[in-house]
Amino acid sequence: MNLKKRRRPGEIVIQSILFFTGFFSIFTTVGIVYELGKEAWLFFRLPEVNLLKFLTGTQWQPHIGEFGILPLVTATLVTTGIAMLIAIPLGLAAAIYLSEYASKKMRNTLKPILEVLAGIPTIVYGYFALTFVTPLLRSIFGSDVVEIYNTGSAGLVMGILILPLIASISEDALNAVPRSLRDAAYGLGATKLEVAIKIVLPAALSGIAAAVILGISRAIGETMIVAVAAGAGPNFTLNPFKAAETMTGHIVRISGGDLSYDSIDYNSIFAIGLMLFVMTLTLNIISQRIVRRFREVYE
Amino acid sequence: MKITQPDFSSNLSARHRRGRTWQLVFLASTVIGILALTALLFNILDSSFGFAILHAKVDPATFAVDGLPLEEQTKDQLVALLQAELSSGAYNKLNNEKSFEERSRAEVYALVVERLVKYEVEETWPLFESITSSAEIKAYATEKYPGDKLTFISWLTADFVSRPQSSEAVTAGIRTAILGSLWTILITVLFAFPMGVGAAIYLEEYASDSWLNRLIRTNINNLAGVPSIIYGILGLAIFVRALEKLTSGAVFRLVDPTTANGRTILSAGLTLGLLVLPVIIINAQEAVRAVPQSLRKASYGLGATKWQTVWWHVLPNALPGILTGTILAISRAIGETAPLVVVGASTAISVDPSSPFAKFTALPIQIYQWTARPQGEWRHLAAAAIVVLLALLLSLNAAAIFLRNRFARKY
Repeated sequence: MNLKKRRRPGEIVIQSILFFTGFFSIFTTVGIVYELGKEAWLFFRLPEVNLLKFLTGTQWQPHIGEFGILPLVTATLVTTGIAMLIAIPLGLAAAIYLSEYASKKMRNTLKPILEVLAGIPTIVYGYFALTFVTPLLRSIFGSDVVEIYNTGSAGLVMGILILPLIASISEDALNAVPRSLRDAAYGLGATKLEVAIKIVLPAALSGIAAAVILGISRAIGETMIVAVAAGAGPNFTLNPFKAAETMTGHIVRISGGDLSYDSIDYNSIFAIGLMLFVMTLTLNIISQRIVRRFREVYE
Repeated sequence: MKITQPDFSSNLSARHRRGRTWQLVFLASTVIGILALTALLFNILDSSFGFAILHAKVDPATFAVDGLPLEEQTKDQLVALLQAELSSGAYNKLNNEKSFEERSRAEVYALVVERLVKYEVEETWPLFESITSSAEIKAYATEKYPGDKLTFISWLTADFVSRPQSSEAVTAGIRTAILGSLWTILITVLFAFPMGVGAAIYLEEYASDSWLNRLIRTNINNLAGVPSIIYGILGLAIFVRALEKLTSGAVFRLVDPTTANGRTILSAGLTLGLLVLPVIIINAQEAVRAVPQSLRKASYGLGATKWQTVWWHVLPNALPGILTGTILAISRAIGETAPLVVVGASTAISVDPSSPFAKFTALPIQIYQWTARPQGEWRHLAAAAIVVLLALLLSLNAAAIFLRNRFARKY
């Protein structure tokens, strides 16, 4: 009887195909980095553009050769900031409620509803911001103060979109804190609130921090809400009641028409895209690092 | 040393009170999310129905034959009317799209209304206002628009779903948008499902713990966090521009007559495919990992090869989980708007897409364009289209939950 390992060419072919499908995602990343880098390089080599003015200029007006990205960045910061003002406290509070207070039945009802919020397409949120939240803001603060398109309503609605993300990841982190820690605190006479805030929350802090950073990264990359509700046209302002265009909103507006290749607009969306990619990737990596490094391991 | 007796009870009631207050705060925060969801759904339904004032460019009474009003005329009479009133070119074009013998009376009537009567929307009201202050609206309408028709319109109708896009709000529909979405998603699935499942099997069953495989894993996690608009830019650079010969169909000599560049359904579908690939991989990995090791061991013990084990034992057991994950990824792809705008969705198409090399539009693109228009009537159409989109997503998610519950196995 021959017990030598038989060569099976079929198995090798299949394994190679599977390796290719696994490796394919590397191509995607390389494609993103290469294309963004190449076109952004072409953009920065244009005589009208220089890197320093790109990073510090307060005007983005391609038709007169002004390429300062700051107005787009401030708009992104305003919408992201407002979104996080909504999403962090509410998301965290919801996570604490679901993990520490809610009965099992309550939790099984509330959590899916929050997950529905996360599954609604962002264009629907954009519609909601423009036709519901903006009129609401205008009736509260006066329509001469709040413009029809404004970063405030976009930010508020974005906060609602990101709330379930933060709530869900934070809740997982809170749930992972072992029961013995809670019991020990109860044994020392702590109330439920004190257990939740002083014991469970600090123990789950790394997971919560990761959730928050992921939320920020999501808010920076969010596109359709700001494209619909925040306004068209770069505007260097921090006023949330004024119209301003974010980085993502600008890319969508510029590429909406038939964009001709190698035009300055075409190259500029790659430069903005590169900036966006670097920002979100950095945040995502930080988030993963936090989870890995500061995870409390309980036996 | 002075020992003071600590007073354990003095602040206890305050601590409990604080606890109760904060519990309410936590509950309220959770409820705010639900309130927002309710407001969103209310807002959309509110805009999908309501009063509208319609102004007829041509009074329908002028088309009455022997005192018989338009609504009561037979199909033949309506066809004759179209033939008489339209230019012969326009009439023949309609006949070529679909011959008049094949069209039902309702379709011909809709054509008469669209082409000859030409209703224009003057003003609209949302549902809630239409119900609560209908008397005021009626009084206002008769005063400001005498002679025009105030009707209660359901913007969301079966006709709305089956009509193609049009430049008039009253006759606009979303058939082309829905078909565009379905075509795009078909391409997305054909690309991303085999690639995603293959990658998951490789990573879970074949990959050793080498630096390359660790790199692949980290990379997939990072790709899942890349904003969707970046995928749009990638699709524009790779599929639309660099692979234009392939995505426009030039390689296969199948260039669609309506387009000659790479801004096609194929490009859009592949772009969305790249976007959902990490999601599918991560979900499929979990499903494959959940298959117990004992099944594999039993299979090897009977002399099966690695691939035989994977194909006959691991995959069938992981399939429900893989399908659930794929459906969730598809429902994400259906709602994606930003990458499609960047890849170059068309603004107005009224012809059904006929191949992957046709120009494309999609349901969320249609919603975006209608929302962005300043005139109020288009917002109502956008709301109606959103209802259709949400219904589609809801049924997909229901299917995913059904799959998970029906085929979930406990080991």
